[in-house]
Amino acid sequence: MATYSTSEFRSGLKLMLDGDPCSIIENEFVKPGKGQAFNRVKIRNLKTGRVLEKTFKSGESVEAADVMDTEMQYLYNDGDAWHFMDPDSYEQFAADAKAVEDAIKWLKEQDTCTVTLWNGNPIGVVPPNHVVLTVTETDPGVRGDTSGGGGKPATCDTGAVVRVPLFIDEGELIKVDTRTGEYVGRVKE
Amino acid sequence: MTDWQPSASIETLKLRARLLQQLRAFFHERDVWEVETPILSQAATTDPHIDSFVVNNSDNQLAGYLHTSPEFPMKRLLAAGSGSIYQVSKVFRSGELGRRHNPEFTLIEWYRMGFDYHQLMDEVDALVRELLSESVSLEESVRITYQQAFLQFIGIDPFSADIEKLKACALEHDISGIELGNDKDAWLDLLVSHVLEKSLPTSRLVFIYDYPETQASLARIRQVNSQQSDSEQPFAVGERFELYLNGMELANGFHELANSNEQRRRFEENLSQRLCSDKDNYPLDEHFLSALTQGLPDCSGVALGFDRLVMLAADIDQISEVMSFDYSRA
Repeated sequence: MATYSTSEFRSGLKLMLDGDPCSIIENEFVKPGKGQAFNRVKIRNLKTGRVLEKTFKSGESVEAADVMDTEMQYLYNDGDAWHFMDPDSYEQFAADAKAVEDAIKWLKEQDTCTVTLWNGNPIGVVPPNHVVLTVTETDPGVRGDTSGGGGKPATCDTGAVVRVPLFIDEGELIKVDTRTGEYVGRVKE
Repeated sequence: MTDWQPSASIETLKLRARLLQQLRAFFHERDVWEVETPILSQAATTDPHIDSFVVNNSDNQLAGYLHTSPEFPMKRLLAAGSGSIYQVSKVFRSGELGRRHNPEFTLIEWYRMGFDYHQLMDEVDALVRELLSESVSLEESVRITYQQAFLQFIGIDPFSADIEKLKACALEHDISGIELGNDKDAWLDLLVSHVLEKSLPTSRLVFIYDYPETQASLARIRQVNSQQSDSEQPFAVGERFELYLNGMELANGFHELANSNEQRRRFEENLSQRLCSDKDNYPLDEHFLSALTQGLPDCSGVALGFDRLVMLAADIDQISEVMSFDYSRA
């Protein structure tokens, strides 16, 4: 069993806490000049996404979590699971709804996502920072209005609803920032 | 690569130099003279919570330890008749790295003949005010006992509370999941670093004094009567003080223990504590103990973290940014 000592703590390190894999967001070393040292860490539970604070006695060891972030291509959804493929090994992985969660509305076939594997199973998916989606439903475009002011909702082929400028029409391709959910620009085919 | 560059700005380093100059002038005016003592020492501190760097010769034989404070050799100078002395020294503590810690840092340590620890607190107050006069506006200082501080800011009596009470108190303050067993001082330290430091008044020098005797291995012990009605027994306190400013520990001082046998007993206790927590054992400083046997004059001494003082003067919250080259660039 691999372990990490508190002296190895840094942001991004993956640990097992109460049976769940977690990732360190922030690590602070606190110690009175004469007295016990502690590591106060802010950690994200990679299964639930919850952020919590925890204090360790410095010098303690904590079990490492076998967690890997891997770039994978999104293949398809079969109704129950979302299938990804490691482009190097061609190995395929099926992620359940809980793992895909917030990424669902941004998943386009062939796009490369970051899949977090814990003991070889997907527990999280991060979509690419930018995706190109097709507008499937929106109010008719207002010609000549390129001010971008105001805007209107547009439903895309993945199900995502994005606020777009008034001139965008159904069938057009738009580029969206998945981190903010905001429209970035129109894409010409 | 920009790692060759200093971790502090040139402007901050110049401020550092000015503060050092002011500090030396402060001691010069008061007839406290500057000394230098060895950094590489045959003995090491027995403090259960401070780890020394071990130094080997080129033939892999133990050469000694980097000092973690100049306390022992300075007390040998006092025993040899030096009178009041101070030192600006680089000290080394293995494993201490963080926003307010760097394994190599600068301590200002000084000893005042015939001072009790309250007189020394007065002097620390004067020095810190002088060094921060141009950068920080300070209101009136606060002096509060360790017991009062716990009662006022945490709501618990640190002397009468048992482990269960301290544990429950930690939970109440949302510190969960940590197990410190029967180590009462560790539970107290947990509450100090997670609750007390954050509750102390800001923009004031806060002196906390009269620590549990188990947290003052180089200080004199005194019996005091409790101000709490529920514990009528007199209890022992160590004549130790800590200075905090804006929740950051700046200095630690003692009315110095001068009894050699008592000191040896405490060192041995420390070493057995180190053994219990699987830490390296270090040789006792026999020279220091001999000096105490010879006779340490009545004095108080204090160590002040100079880098942290610069942090306050420069309004910087990362210790690396007040050092020319921090640990990662050293």
